[in-house]
Amino acid sequence: MSGITCACGGSPALIYTCSGAADVGELADRSARQLSRDQKGAMSCLAGIGGNISGFIKSTEGADKVLVIDGCPLNCARKTLEAKGLNNFRHLQVTSLGFQKGKTEVSQANIEKVCNEAVILIASPTTLKQENLL
Amino acid sequence: MKIQILGTGCPKCHKLAEEAETAAKELGLSYELVKVTDINEIMGFGVMITPALAVDGNVKFAGKVPGVEEIKKHLK
Repeated sequence: MSGITCACGGSPALIYTCSGAADVGELADRSARQLSRDQKGAMSCLAGIGGNISGFIKSTEGADKVLVIDGCPLNCARKTLEAKGLNNFRHLQVTSLGFQKGKTEVSQANIEKVCNEAVILIASPTTLKQENLL
Repeated sequence: MKIQILGTGCPKCHKLAEEAETAAKELGLSYELVKVTDINEIMGFGVMITPALAVDGNVKFAGKVPGVEEIKKHLK
């Protein structure tokens, strides 16, 4: 969680990631943190959604844009939001970018590749759910 | 009932506090309105976007000022 945004100035995209144990999960997590540091969005806590913490859920409902990054096709992060009735988000799956689970190096170059795709998705027009557009 | 307005003091936070107070009065509620401005305390609610409104610690909405009538629905 990177900080709080005041809606007076327009809210940045909230970013959720699976942060899974596999290499692609780590890549998703580190990309979300990089996006937060670069102020391309604000990373939030997926566990807060799963844990039914009202502040996280209501912040997600109130956000102008939400990006969910999953490492692999299990799409755990996406399903976590959907289970709480949160459907208005953009979705990026790391393996859709050509990375293979178990065979991916979590390097700065690969983080940048994921971040670049994430920035494009964040800037895209709002839709109910965008999946694997890239 | 404790109505908590979560925000660091921006114009929208002030507007939300005013509207929440109006809503509570029109409903005839017995309430205490508290402005939570400390950012660490706000983060303790899991709130990522302000302003937000919580009732007895439970966040009802965030990132918007929905108007008196909408606020009333959250206070009932």
